[in-house]
Amino acid sequence: MTEIFGVPTQALFGQLLIGLINGSFYALLSLGLAVIFGLLNIINFTHGAQYMMGAFLAYILANKAGLGYWWSLALVPLLVGAFGIAIERSMLKPLYKLDHLYGLLLTFGLALVIQGLFRNEYGTSGLPYAMPAELAGGRNLGFMFLPNYRAWVIVASLAICLGTWFVIEKTKLGSYLRAATENPALVQAFGINVPRMITLTYGFGVALAALAGVMAAPIYQVSPQMGADLIIVVFAVVVIGGMGSIMGSILTGFGLGVIEGLTKVFYPEASNTVIFVIMAIVLMIKPAGLFGAQK
Amino acid sequence: MKMKRTIIAAALAALAGTAGAQVSDGVVKIGVMNDMSSLYADIGGPGSVVAAKMAVEDYLKATKSKLKVEVLAADHQNKPDVGSQIVRQWIDVDKVDAIADVPTSSVALAVSEVVKQKGKAFLITGAASSDLTGKACSPNSVHWLYDTWMLANGTGSAIVKTGGDTWFFITADYAFGHALERDTEAVVLKSGGKVVGKVRAPLNTQDFSSFLLQAQSSKAKIIGLANAGGDTINSIKQAAEFGIVKGGQNLAGLLVFITDVHGLGLDKAQGLIFTEAWYWDLNEASRAWTKRFVAANKGKYPSMDHAGVYAAVLHYLKAVDAAKTDDGTKAIAQMKKMPTDDPLFGKGRIREDGRKIHNAYLFEVKKPSESKYPYDYYKLRATIPADQAFRPEKEGGCPLVK
Amino acid sequence: MMPRSQRNALALMAAFFLAAPLVVYPVFLMKAMCFALFACAFNLLIGFGGLLSFGHAMFLGTAGYAAAYSAKSWGFAPELAILFGTACAALLGLVTGLIAIRRQGIYFAMTTLALAQMVYFYYLQAPFTGGEDGIQAVPRGMLFGFIDLKNAWAMYGTVFVIFMAGFLLVYRAIHSPFGQVLKAIRENEPRALSLGYDVTRYKLLAYLLSATLAGLAGATKALVFQLASLTDVHWTMSGEVVLMTLLGGLGTVFGPVVGAFIIITMENYLAQLGAWVTIAQGVIFVICVLTFRRGVIGELGNWLKKPL
Repeated sequence: MTEIFGVPTQALFGQLLIGLINGSFYALLSLGLAVIFGLLNIINFTHGAQYMMGAFLAYILANKAGLGYWWSLALVPLLVGAFGIAIERSMLKPLYKLDHLYGLLLTFGLALVIQGLFRNEYGTSGLPYAMPAELAGGRNLGFMFLPNYRAWVIVASLAICLGTWFVIEKTKLGSYLRAATENPALVQAFGINVPRMITLTYGFGVALAALAGVMAAPIYQVSPQMGADLIIVVFAVVVIGGMGSIMGSILTGFGLGVIEGLTKVFYPEASNTVIFVIMAIVLMIKPAGLFGAQK
Repeated sequence: MKMKRTIIAAALAALAGTAGAQVSDGVVKIGVMNDMSSLYADIGGPGSVVAAKMAVEDYLKATKSKLKVEVLAADHQNKPDVGSQIVRQWIDVDKVDAIADVPTSSVALAVSEVVKQKGKAFLITGAASSDLTGKACSPNSVHWLYDTWMLANGTGSAIVKTGGDTWFFITADYAFGHALERDTEAVVLKSGGKVVGKVRAPLNTQDFSSFLLQAQSSKAKIIGLANAGGDTINSIKQAAEFGIVKGGQNLAGLLVFITDVHGLGLDKAQGLIFTEAWYWDLNEASRAWTKRFVAANKGKYPSMDHAGVYAAVLHYLKAVDAAKTDDGTKAIAQMKKMPTDDPLFGKGRIREDGRKIHNAYLFEVKKPSESKYPYDYYKLRATIPADQAFRPEKEGGCPLVK
Repeated sequence: MMPRSQRNALALMAAFFLAAPLVVYPVFLMKAMCFALFACAFNLLIGFGGLLSFGHAMFLGTAGYAAAYSAKSWGFAPELAILFGTACAALLGLVTGLIAIRRQGIYFAMTTLALAQMVYFYYLQAPFTGGEDGIQAVPRGMLFGFIDLKNAWAMYGTVFVIFMAGFLLVYRAIHSPFGQVLKAIRENEPRALSLGYDVTRYKLLAYLLSATLAGLAGATKALVFQLASLTDVHWTMSGEVVLMTLLGGLGTVFGPVVGAFIIITMENYLAQLGAWVTIAQGVIFVICVLTFRRGVIGELGNWLKKPL
C-alpha cells in the first residue's frame, strides 16, 4: 500500500473527506458571520449561542411538538432568525455609529446570557437528538465508511453557501446590499429602505447559524456549550478569509476544515490550535485576510 | 430552579440538640463543593448536596446524636484556583470542618493541599486521580469512591480476559486522560494484551470522526476511551454513526457514569463495558435509598458519586462522634481506625493512605429491549472483590505508608 | 500634579484597601487587588492607546507559571519569583508586541487572540506546567529573607504595596508626555505620525508596559493562591478583563479597579448560584454597552465634572 508520511493514502482520503465535513460547519457559520460583518460592521459574538439555540430548538420541537428533523430544518432558522431581528431592532441599532468594539462586547454579553439560561434549564450533560430515519446508515466508499448523514451535510452546506454567494454577488438585491455596505446614505437616497435591509440581513445571518445548529444536532450532543468554543474558531476562519468577504469565508471554512482534519492525523494534540497559528501567519503577511480587500 | 435548590441547600437545616464541648464553634460544618453549572454538574452537582443532607438526617435520626450539623454548597467551576479560594474562605471565615465531593482531579489536588495546611478533613468522592492516595496522599483526606487505577484495572483486565487483547486508545489530552491511559495500558500489557496505537484528542473535541477512523484502520479489537463527560458521549455517539461496533470493534469506556448512559440513550450506548463502584439497582438497600434520593432530587437518579458522598459523610459523622472532636486530622484518623458500614457500600475499611476499600463492578449497558423500567440500564458482568479492586497500598508511593 | 479629585480618590482607595481586611476576608481582597492591577494594565493599552488586546491572559498566565515554577522548583525567594515572572511576561510582551503592533483595530485584537491561543497550547503541552492540574502547593517563602509570607497579614501588605506601586506607575505613565503622545495617537494616528512621532515605537512601549504590569499581577496572584493554572491563560480570562475595564470605565484612572472589584465580588459571593453568575455578567455587559458606555467611574466623573 502506498503511504504518505507513514499514513496509508487510503486512510488519508478518509481524513480529507472528514475534514470537508467539518469544514461545512465552519463555512456555514463563518458565512453568516461574514454577511453580518459586511453590512452591519458588527462582529456577532452571539453567533455561537445562536447556533446552539438552533440545535436546542430542534430538540424542543421534536420532544414537545413531535416535529421531526425536516420540519426543524425549515422552521428553526425562521424562529431563531426572528429572534435575531428582535435583537437587532432593540439593541444593535444604536451601536452602528460607534466603534466595532461595542458591537462585539454587546453580543459577547448576549452570548453569556443565552448560554447561561439554557444551562439552567437543560443542565450540561447534553441531550440526544435522533438521526432522521431517511439518512441513517451509510455506505462503504472503499477507503472509508461514509455515514449518509455526513454526506448530506456536505451537500446541503455547499448548496446553501453557493446560493448565498450567488444572491449577494450576482443578483440585483445583492447589488443593493453591497452598495449599502459602501455608502448607505446614497443607497437610501435612491429610495431603498436601508435600515430594513440591514435588519433582514442580520436575521438571515442568524438564521444560517441556527440552520447549522439543526444540522449539527444529530451528530453532536445538544448542549449549552456547543457553540461557546466554536465561536472563536469561526472568528478565526472569517479573519483568515477576509472580514466581510463572502467567497473568502466559504473557501476558508472548507479549507480549514481539511487542514484541521490533517492535523488530527499528524499532530492531533494541536488540532484545536492550528487554525490560530494560520490566523497569526495570515495576519502578518496579508492583514486583510486571504480574500479581503485592502482598505 | 437549580438556583433555588442550591440556596436551600446552602442555608440548610439548623438541627436540634446542643453541641459537644470538643466541637469547634458548636457546629460541624460540611462543605459540598463540585461543579454545579458545567460539564460534570449532573454527575455530582446539586445531587451531591442532597446526598450529604440525607446522610446528616439519617445519621442524626438513627443515633440520636447530639451533633449540630450544617451543610454548605459551592461551585468550583472546575477551576483549581476558584476551588482553593472557596475552601480557604470556607475554613477561615465560615469555620467549615470538612469538604466533600470535589470532582475534577486538578481541583481536588489543590483543595487537598489547603485542607492539609489548615488541618481540616477532606472526603473525596468525585475526583479520579489515583495520586490522591499515592504521591499526593494526605493525613487529612479519605478517597472514597473510585480512582483511575480501579477503573483501568477493572475494565482492562476483564476485557483482555474475554479476548479483547489488542487496544487503541482515544485519550483526552490532559493530565487526567493521560493517567487513565497510562494505568489502563499497564493493566492490558500485564494481562497479556497489546496496545497497537493511541491518539491524543484535545479536551472538549466536538468531532471524533477523524480519531475514530484512525482507530478503525488500526484494526484493534478494543477502542479504549480515556476521556470523560461530553468527550465520552460524543465519541460513543459518533462511533455508532460510523459503524465501528457493527464492524466488529468494541468500545471500552474507561470512565462512564450513569448520567452519560442516560444522555446517550440505550440504543447508542448498548454493549458498552465499563467499571463503576456503585449502581442504584445493585441490591435491596441501594434501591430503597435510591427511592428516597429520587424523591428529593427532582426525579433524577443517583450516580455513584452521589452514593459516595452519602456514605462518606455518614462515616465522617460517626468518626466525629467517636473521637468526640471535629478536628480534621483526628477525625480522619478515627475514620481510618473504625471499620466502615453503610447501606450502600456495605462493610469495608479505609487504608492508611486514605483509600476506602470496597467492591468494584464491571457493567455492560443493556439493549433497549432488555430495559424494563426507568434507569434500568446495566447488566452486572463481574464483581471485582474489594481486596483486588484497588492498587495495593505498597505500590502507590504514599509517604504515610510505612 | 494630580488633580484634587484624583488625589482624594487615591487616598480613598488606599484607605479602603488598608481598612477593608478588618471586615472583609483578606484573601478575597488580595485577589481583587491582583485583578485590579491586571485591569489597570489592560486599560493602559485600550483606554489610552486605543488598542483592544484579546489575549491579555497570556501575560497573566505566563508570569504566574514562571513565578510558581521558579519558587517551587528552583527555590526562588518570593521577591525574585515575582521579578522573574514579571520579566518573563515582559519578554513575551516584547515578542508578541513586535508582531501584533503592526495591525490595527480588529486585526490587532485577532492577532493577539491568535498568539494567546498558541501560548495556551504551549502551556497545555509543556510538562512543567502540570497540564490542567497546574503547579500546586507553591511555597510563599520569606520575603527579603525575613518576612514570612505564610502570615496572612504579611502577604496582604506585600500585595497592597505591589498593587499601589503598579497603580501609580500606570498613573505616572498616563500623565507623562509619553501618555499624552499615546492619547494623540489614539485620537488621530496619521496626525501624530505627521507631527513626527514614531507611532510604532510608542505603541510598542505601551504594549510592553501593559504586558509587564499584567505579568506583575499574575506573578503576585500565583504566590497568593500558591497555584498557577490554565484558567489564567485561557481566552475567557482575556474576555473577563475586558468586562472589568468596560464596567469600570475605559480610559479612566480608577475605573478598572472598581470594575475588577465588582466582578470579583460577584464571582465570589454569587458562586453558589452557578450559572446565574454568567447570566448576570452577560446582562452587565449588555447594560454597559447600551446605557453607560463610560462605565461606572466614567459616568461618575462625568456627573461630578471631574476626571477620575
